[in-house]
Amino acid sequence: MSPEVALPIIVPLMTGTLTLLAWRSNILQKILSVVGSIVLLITSIWLLISVQEQGHVVMYMGNWVAPYGITLVADMLSAIMVVLTGMMAVAIALFSLSSASASHERFGYYPLMHLLLAGVVGSFLTGDIFNLYVWFEVMLVASFALLILGGERAQMEGAVKYVTLNLLSSAIFLSAIGLLYGLVGTLNMADIALKLSQAEHTGLVDVIAVMFMVAFGIKAAAFPLFFWLPASYHTGPVAVSALFAGLLTKVGVYALFRVFTLIFNQSPEFTHNLLLWVAAFTMITGVLGAAAQFEFRRILSFHIVSQIGYMLLGLALYTPLAIIGGVFYIMHHIIVKTNLFLISGITHRLLGTYDLKKLGGVYKARPFLSVMFLVPALSLAGLPPLSGFFAKFIVIRAGVEAEAWVVTGVALLVGLLTLYSMIKIWAEAFWKKLPDETDGSGLNQAMTPSLAALYLPVIILAACTLFIGLNGQPIYMMAEFSAQQLLNPAGYIEAVLGVKP
Amino acid sequence: MEPIMAIVVGCLYAAAIYMMLRRSIVKLVIGLMLLSNAANLLIFTSAGMTRGAPPLIPVGAMQPEGMIADPLPQALILTAIVIAFGVLAFAVVLIHRAYNIIHTDNLDQMKDTDT
Repeated sequence: MSPEVALPIIVPLMTGTLTLLAWRSNILQKILSVVGSIVLLITSIWLLISVQEQGHVVMYMGNWVAPYGITLVADMLSAIMVVLTGMMAVAIALFSLSSASASHERFGYYPLMHLLLAGVVGSFLTGDIFNLYVWFEVMLVASFALLILGGERAQMEGAVKYVTLNLLSSAIFLSAIGLLYGLVGTLNMADIALKLSQAEHTGLVDVIAVMFMVAFGIKAAAFPLFFWLPASYHTGPVAVSALFAGLLTKVGVYALFRVFTLIFNQSPEFTHNLLLWVAAFTMITGVLGAAAQFEFRRILSFHIVSQIGYMLLGLALYTPLAIIGGVFYIMHHIIVKTNLFLISGITHRLLGTYDLKKLGGVYKARPFLSVMFLVPALSLAGLPPLSGFFAKFIVIRAGVEAEAWVVTGVALLVGLLTLYSMIKIWAEAFWKKLPDETDGSGLNQAMTPSLAALYLPVIILAACTLFIGLNGQPIYMMAEFSAQQLLNPAGYIEAVLGVKP
Repeated sequence: MEPIMAIVVGCLYAAAIYMMLRRSIVKLVIGLMLLSNAANLLIFTSAGMTRGAPPLIPVGAMQPEGMIADPLPQALILTAIVIAFGVLAFAVVLIHRAYNIIHTDNLDQMKDTDT
């Protein structure tokens, strides 16, 4: 028995239930939410330590041995993702203490947030492909409701696109599961991998692989089906945007990493080559979209799309170094992107707008906040010595070693354009003078506990970025360990099924 | 039976995509509904259809005798139906609210967040 695999799922579910019970008391919900997030972080670190010792940690639900029952499996990639989820949960719970408005809280903000976390963690930990679908839906339903909290016009328009594209992707995912089950007669991912590796490779396998690629590609906001993301992410409450930006698309990326290393690894010259082109176009369209925008959160949303391209590039090159780069990139990106969204929330609190043309003068009034913005912004663009530099460096070096010149060139160019976008935000929101028509009275407001609650998670996440940048070795070792596991599916199969393939 | 089901599933997918490409949000939701039904029937068909062989184990035996129908696809479909129902209920409420706020059911006019 290894309870640490199930605990990160149970904790947010329990927290969500308890906050539901405390429906009438906002204070109690807030306390429960923060405590629940911290407990989630602690259990996820326990899982990480346990995975580092044992390699794979497996738990059979209801003691039904694989492949008959549902298994929970944690390897290094899952454990890393769960720890990051825990960190983001704590950051968002702290930020929500002062950013969530009473009307959002009354409509179940905290229960939904923890249900979302349970869905995200469940997707990372399950070892069963249909169970993965169920966790996806848990996550989606919670995210639908969170996105439209407040019920403004833009939110409704964004939500229609978000809901449609995500349901479409779920339907494709479900169809692919059906075809795969018809082919191999099992749902356990390790068992599927084992049976597919023994069976003769047919065209149908490639068809199913592409269906999974499309389904997860929509969730991960990869080219060409990414447009729901910039249409919806900037419309919700800012803490929700930050949570989505950090975690939701990364669930899609995680699913791609899992499926295209474990199950569909027979014909990488077709599937991974396709992914390579997807990655290149995702990077370039995302960054060009951002260049045209003048709204703080919308620029950041487009940059999520372009950064997803780097992670997919790591997977698509499919060499040990590239996978290390991809995993490292995910770790860096979740922290940095959430932080940038939180900072956009603080500037909104100070000046009441997200429009870059109306923002300004933040550097003069709040130099500390401006430095806190520069850390994740320059890290996103990949300047040394911040975390993004090493993430990009590993991916691009893998590209050079694989002699994929076009994609490597695109990745370098996109890095430059990312810097342009970040400098644009810096120049418009922080550096230039406050425009006359904007009311700047909020800019010099005193440091109240309410404002401090917004600063705290930003400082913590910026410190994490600096830590990864200045002391990247342990993070690199973790990514290396997970890449080893991902490129050796036999280890996963043996850990789950107990047979050597 | 399988060829007929295959054609039915194909028609459902086609109808669903057609409905989703229309401009009205009501038709969009109808499209989503058809799409989830098509996916469910696809699971049912591709997992293999066995007629008149319930997966029951005779009294005293340890395992079923002869060929039996696979009960797992039905469990999958049941789960998927429940999920699709819940999500669809949300989608219906969403388009109702969206219509009340935006005062149009035309998807082409919901482009404020695109540019």
